[in-house]
Amino acid sequence: MTMKQSFGLGCALLGAIGLTNAADAAEQITFVSQGGAYQQAQTVAILDPSAKKLGITINQDSIPDAWPAIKTQVGSGKPIWDVVDTPTGNCLRGGEQGLMEKLDFSKIPNGAAMPEAYRSPYSVSYEFYSSVLSYSQKTFPKDAPNSWADFWDVKKFPGRRALRNHPFATLEAALMADGVAPDKLYPLDVDRAFKKLEEIKPHITVWWTSGAQSAQLLNDGEVDMEMAWNGRVSAVAKEGAKVSFTYNQGILQSTSLCILKGAPNLATAVKFLNEAVDPVHQANLPLNIDYGPGNPKAFETGVIKPERAAQLPSEPANAAKQALMSYAWWSSSAGEAAEKRWASFMQK
Amino acid sequence: MLALVSPALLVILALIVLPVGWLAWQSIYHDGFTLENYRRVFTEDIYWRSFALTFEISLAVTLIALLLGYPVAYLANSLPKGWSILILSLVVLPFWTSVLVRAYAWLALLQRTGVINQFLRYLDVISEPLALVHNTFGTVVATVHILLPFMVLPLYATMQKIPGDLMQAGASLGASPSLTFMRVFLPLSLPGVLAGCTMVFVLCLGFYITPELLGGGRTVMVSMLVSRNVELYNQFGAASAVAVVLLLSVLAIFFVVSRFISLDRVLGQK
Repeated sequence: MTMKQSFGLGCALLGAIGLTNAADAAEQITFVSQGGAYQQAQTVAILDPSAKKLGITINQDSIPDAWPAIKTQVGSGKPIWDVVDTPTGNCLRGGEQGLMEKLDFSKIPNGAAMPEAYRSPYSVSYEFYSSVLSYSQKTFPKDAPNSWADFWDVKKFPGRRALRNHPFATLEAALMADGVAPDKLYPLDVDRAFKKLEEIKPHITVWWTSGAQSAQLLNDGEVDMEMAWNGRVSAVAKEGAKVSFTYNQGILQSTSLCILKGAPNLATAVKFLNEAVDPVHQANLPLNIDYGPGNPKAFETGVIKPERAAQLPSEPANAAKQALMSYAWWSSSAGEAAEKRWASFMQK
Repeated sequence: MLALVSPALLVILALIVLPVGWLAWQSIYHDGFTLENYRRVFTEDIYWRSFALTFEISLAVTLIALLLGYPVAYLANSLPKGWSILILSLVVLPFWTSVLVRAYAWLALLQRTGVINQFLRYLDVISEPLALVHNTFGTVVATVHILLPFMVLPLYATMQKIPGDLMQAGASLGASPSLTFMRVFLPLSLPGVLAGCTMVFVLCLGFYITPELLGGGRTVMVSMLVSRNVELYNQFGAASAVAVVLLLSVLAIFFVVSRFISLDRVLGQK
């Protein structure tokens, strides 16, 4: 085939794709989440019911870290995704950099009804998870560590430790270990946090980088206590590992939904966003996975049984024991400077 | 001819030249022309440390792979055909297993409750588990395993081309086997040594998954620096600059090595 012919064929193919899209003009959006068991659970609890109720098609894509792709897609001027489920910080940072659509909450009543701390001009909370202190019940059959001060106390609680190789939640934990109250954390005293981290650094065996890795460390007895995400610990515990965790001084974190600037199906995306935080859909999520609903009204629907609610990070009583991460602080210039400082802290 | 290869050339252009060019462009252009990213790569401590560590690990891995790989290639070359096929298959088979799977396999072997520590404790050789992984040691062990085929295969290819008569000639002139090896075989196998070492060294420079999983978070190799700059610090320019410096180091190594031997003759068996 000559180059001209192949070029022609390519154009014909592209044309054909364009035509089928036009013919299939029912409303649709492309939704992106983080994959795995989590995306499966939300498909059952939220995505399929929302698609049915709104009469739209939800195309799914998944990526563990959406940020670089968001940046390139919007940067190119022709994003192909509409709605992303991503750590709330990405939505805020994206909003500031002009990568996200500003939301009109008059079109998102379910979002407007949520507490202000749970939303931003660019996003609504979608689900909550928590960075908790978890430990091996084999090493600590009784008198388990129950606070970050205990985690830092290597004399009273000897054992191998792991922390996440990331400043999020780690700096908060360090400050709580140093005596700062969970509701007085922000703005973070970064110097004090790093000073406290230097103290524990020689006792950290592994600085983990993925949730799977953290679960495996605990499961294999490679470490005796670590900071980990609540869902990872309970998954390992369900499989029979002798591990547990406490919500005390946990750091409550969220992913949020936000819409890419110039999203191809903007109007439908907004409709979906409202539907996705509907209290009933939200209440169905924790029946499928160990994450808490982003909309606290979900706990009032009666869908979540009290004993189940007690296990969830965003259940009001559990939330009260924890610190709510301030993504606004983390996406401020002070927060970004702290993130950069992390790299030199790790390599020293 | 040109018409025939042009689709392939276009693919190469689209998939390699454009992205790499875009990468290089990003490292020097951000709201205007800037060398800031390179200034930081060459002056800031953490970059230096990471590059130094990467070169150290690559050097260690290359030397260990050579010490382990040379006898294997020699054996495969000198044994009868059936045996040499068996040895080479044993070298190549793990090659088809995913790097990720092999990293986890090493974790299962080396960790505190892993096979090796359990066994040593069972034998009462040690009372406390050894720290075999989540450090540089574990990283080097696993990387050597993954890169060993890249050492053995070029060595074997070179050894195959050394005429057996030369060894016999040496023996007929009264040289002992070890003298023939030192004076005849070893010098003739040097192009393979150089090719193997280059392959292993260069591949090791870009290693990512293995140090990420087995390094315990402290073994920060250059590729991890690239990913962290994008993921954690949202600095595409800095990441691009690091990647460009790494790419240029690799090209420089290839250039220097190709002055001494024809790499494609050893690797491509022309």
